Amino acid sequence: MSDSDIWIIGVAMTPFGRFPEKDLIDLASEATLGALHDAGQTMQDVGVVAVGNLYEAASHNAQRLQKQIGQTGVPAYNVVNACATGATAFRVAMLSILAGEADIGLAVGVEQMGKMGLLGGAARPAADHRVYEPRGRYDSVIKTEGVLGTGLMPGVFAQAGTEYALRHGVTAEQFAKVAHKNHAHSTLNPLAQYRKEFSLDEILHAEMIAYPNTVLMCCPTGDGAAAAVLVSGRRLRTLAPDVRRRAVRVRASAMTSDPWTDAGTAQPDVNTLTRAAADQAYERAGLGPEELDLVELHDCFATAELLHYDNLRLCEPGGAGDFIDSGAPWRDGRIPVNASGGLLSKGHPIGATGVANIFEVATHLRGEAGERQIAGARLGMTHVIGLASACAVHILEAPAR
Amino acid sequence: MSKSRVPAVGYLVLDDEQPHLRARECGDCGALYLDRRNACARCSGTRFEWRPLARTGRVRAFTIVHRAAKSVPTPYASVVVDLDGGGVVKANLLGVTDPAKITANLRVRLETVSAGQDDDGTEAVAFGFSPEPEA
Repeated sequence: MSDSDIWIIGVAMTPFGRFPEKDLIDLASEATLGALHDAGQTMQDVGVVAVGNLYEAASHNAQRLQKQIGQTGVPAYNVVNACATGATAFRVAMLSILAGEADIGLAVGVEQMGKMGLLGGAARPAADHRVYEPRGRYDSVIKTEGVLGTGLMPGVFAQAGTEYALRHGVTAEQFAKVAHKNHAHSTLNPLAQYRKEFSLDEILHAEMIAYPNTVLMCCPTGDGAAAAVLVSGRRLRTLAPDVRRRAVRVRASAMTSDPWTDAGTAQPDVNTLTRAAADQAYERAGLGPEELDLVELHDCFATAELLHYDNLRLCEPGGAGDFIDSGAPWRDGRIPVNASGGLLSKGHPIGATGVANIFEVATHLRGEAGERQIAGARLGMTHVIGLASACAVHILEAPAR
Repeated sequence: MSKSRVPAVGYLVLDDEQPHLRARECGDCGALYLDRRNACARCSGTRFEWRPLARTGRVRAFTIVHRAAKSVPTPYASVVVDLDGGGVVKANLLGVTDPAKITANLRVRLETVSAGQDDDGTEAVAFGFSPEPEA
């Protein structure tokens, strides 16, 4: 192992779901202590702490976590980056190690959303005397949601899906097949928020949210946390054989934001930055999509997963509809995608997701995924994208056996 | 009776003859923007001029929204439209709620619609698109 390699020596996640009896730091502590135990380390060994969280970001949760489980004075970072928040926290810990500031880093992603609903946000009280006045960067005199189209997440990802569908002939049923697969996969994952299989017919005829996505094709809101312990190659050599034997190598870590596109001014473009991140990751790892044994990608909506088959180069260009029809992304297919159940069924506590994906892939690569194990997995990819936009792709490699 | 009319957004021009959209065009690279700018996101230029946009275009993407805030009537169609000659905008597709009616490159034309009145009787005017009759 080279000094400049980064390795994962511990991972953990809480079950995803709704835990009103806990607070954010209970969830973060549970995942962190689990990952440290898994790594054979304690907070006393950690040289840098990065905590990703979206909805309580102004509370400085890295320090709140330290105050519950270990105040050692090391650098602590609070990370926010949309749905890529957790993956960004992972990268902050990684970059600190690469910069030589720490040998062991802790990355945590945590969120407590409760039942905030698919659309998010709360209505503001009406003014006593309402007079139109231009506001904001568009000089709007009214709230434009529903008047000038929709900019809410279900509608944005529905439109991203139909853009691909109009170009490449994808059907509503093909989009629904993504949800069919991920709900079926989740029945094997004890940490998933939902573990119920639905028929294709039930998915297609469930309540329509934003065509073509029915409610069973939209991820739920929820609570949960995940954590990972990272270490430099140099430090790994000094650790116990039991730790080294289970260490997962980070073969590539790539992060992108939106480059300018003409349509990006009307609606976020989820494709261009994902393609760029995937290409950078493949190049850094020196391998191609055909070598991957499993992928955990950002299926916030069923339409999104289908686009990312193409963006992550898992299928032929324009061929994402045929790819799902072929059964390739099922757990017994050519390249299993979202064996965890994905965001659609495992759940999507926003800040936790980017670390939970790394937990999932690392667990398979260690051969420790129990009933849902993808047999013999050696190389896996994680992908998250959040609208702002931010995209992170990691390629992980199994320990030598 | 409305005392006056105002555009719902600053990039809608309420010309009685030809209501249309306008964009800030980057003087260096030609990129188009509907919002107030600090600089160009493509080339970082800082010179902008208003440019009128075409009233016609083609549907690039769509959805039919069924779940929305209580104040928004559903279902309705939201579309992303590539305007002829440049510019991409999002708006409602008027009078269409059947996804089967929206085909690749469906041609559409801009229309203005009332978006309510304030307590002084001023009317807000928004815009949407309607499918163009088959040629």
